[in-house]
Amino acid sequence: MDHGTVIEATKAVVTLDVALPGIIWGWMITLNMWAKSIGTGVILVGAFLLYRHKKEEMPNLRWMMPLISFIALNVFLLFTLVDLHQPLRMVNIFLHPHWTSAITVGAWMASIFTGLVTLMLAIGALDAFPDFGRHIGIVKTLREKSALYEKVFPFVVVLALPVTMYTAIIMAEASARELWAAPAELVQMLFAAFMVGSASLILISEKWSAEARRDLTLILAISVALSFIMYMGEYFFSFKAAEVEATLAYVHSGGEYFTQFWAAMVLGYIIPFFIAMGSLKEENRTMMKFAAVTTFIGLYLAKSTWLEIPQMIPLS
Amino acid sequence: MKLGFLVDLNLCMGCKGCEIACKVENEVPLSSWRLRVKYIDIGTFPDTSRSFTPLRCNHCENAPCERICPVSALHYLDNGIVNVDSSRCIGCAGCMMACPYGAIYMDPESNTADKCTYCAHRIESGMMPACVVACPVEANIFGDVEDEKSYISRYITEHQGDVQVRKPEKHTNPKHYYVGGGNQTLNPLAHERIEGYGLFNNITHLDTIGDPHHSILDRFTTPIFGGHNDHLKNESFIDMPNDADESHESHEEGGHH
Repeated sequence: MDHGTVIEATKAVVTLDVALPGIIWGWMITLNMWAKSIGTGVILVGAFLLYRHKKEEMPNLRWMMPLISFIALNVFLLFTLVDLHQPLRMVNIFLHPHWTSAITVGAWMASIFTGLVTLMLAIGALDAFPDFGRHIGIVKTLREKSALYEKVFPFVVVLALPVTMYTAIIMAEASARELWAAPAELVQMLFAAFMVGSASLILISEKWSAEARRDLTLILAISVALSFIMYMGEYFFSFKAAEVEATLAYVHSGGEYFTQFWAAMVLGYIIPFFIAMGSLKEENRTMMKFAAVTTFIGLYLAKSTWLEIPQMIPLS
Repeated sequence: MKLGFLVDLNLCMGCKGCEIACKVENEVPLSSWRLRVKYIDIGTFPDTSRSFTPLRCNHCENAPCERICPVSALHYLDNGIVNVDSSRCIGCAGCMMACPYGAIYMDPESNTADKCTYCAHRIESGMMPACVVACPVEANIFGDVEDEKSYISRYITEHQGDVQVRKPEKHTNPKHYYVGGGNQTLNPLAHERIEGYGLFNNITHLDTIGDPHHSILDRFTTPIFGGHNDHLKNESFIDMPNDADESHESHEEGGHH
């Protein structure tokens, strides 16, 4: 501070205190949320496509959908674990569960969900590659139980919804951070899943029917538009809570989070929306793939900004 | 029985005796605090006043940290204390995100969450918390708030109208009270942290504390990419390269002088 600066008579200044703890939940939690959105999003969007279209129109969906989900969920679970200060004690969530915690409920649901997706992947992949492991006992058994895929799938779809959204409840339970309000975050998590779910499937939809690809484009356009509107509402019009206002005032005034937030909005929402709208009129597969990639980047940046900014204000 | 704390800010002289006693009693590691005394200056020279606010866990009746803890490492004792079982803690930091009072820290030695327990181990032996014993002006008052004959209950009764808790709007129902507090002293958004005015603005954290790269991944990446403590700094309103530092000002008035 300059020596010439005058502090107003009514202004209080902290003259001795400990340092603020800074960012506690950082990039790993961002990655965690981002990967989970992909893992559940492909299931939700895939289910919608299977409801709307014949599976012959999307020949690789049966095994690619659980494969993408499986990879993303494992990234999510890995970074959930790695972010813990005592990762080996993760087992306590299963041995000593505390059911009021959304972390506990989420961990259980996500584990069951990942298990079911793994089963779907195994069946789907073995059906897609009939020559693989013909003489291996377990492979034979799985092939014989191929119908299990269709029986498990409805449960997986239903479970994908709470698995997508439970992180919003964790954020709501983190009551010190008022920016993370439950209803808004619940809906944002759902939109995020549809955004990156459709973006993921766009990347593998080269041989799909034009109608299925058009549905994917529409889902991407609608989800980014609605999510963007919600972000704008939260970003500009959160007047009611002092802590939220302080947090956002800090971002509004410039700095790295300001840049990051608007980069997220442009990459993750504005660009994909206009490309998708253009592609609905006249399909452009290359541009749609570009839109899918920017959606991934934009969502990560948006999640990162929203996760970190409430951690910047002093709590005491 | 519901144990509670009351700090009479009119009596506190900021000696930090309680802070030191707490550190020693609970072997609180460097860079971590269970109890701290914050100094806040109000006014312009020569018309200035300085207030001292001891800050510790509020032992809320409706504790967000207890609710979010996935393994019940944070739990209620029968006497109302919100206790920590560090042997069960998984180090998810959910409690740090949930506590509206910023009272929980990640112990860099045990890699588990920790906080003030009202010296539960001393209470069990019939002793007072270390900070109460150390206070030279008896500004720290501790006792059963459900027993109307207890000193703390009588003190609260005598100071009706001047007894406050921090952030009552959070509905946490804290069992930690202040007498003589004001908005400036109890509301963290009502005062500013201006660079050059405070101590410890640019500290280097020990591993795990506030370090965004604190995880076991570092054990693999550090040998390749080097340590991470070199570039660490406390990212706060003060340190962030942000234009807001100059324009973000609070004009709220109040507080005690």
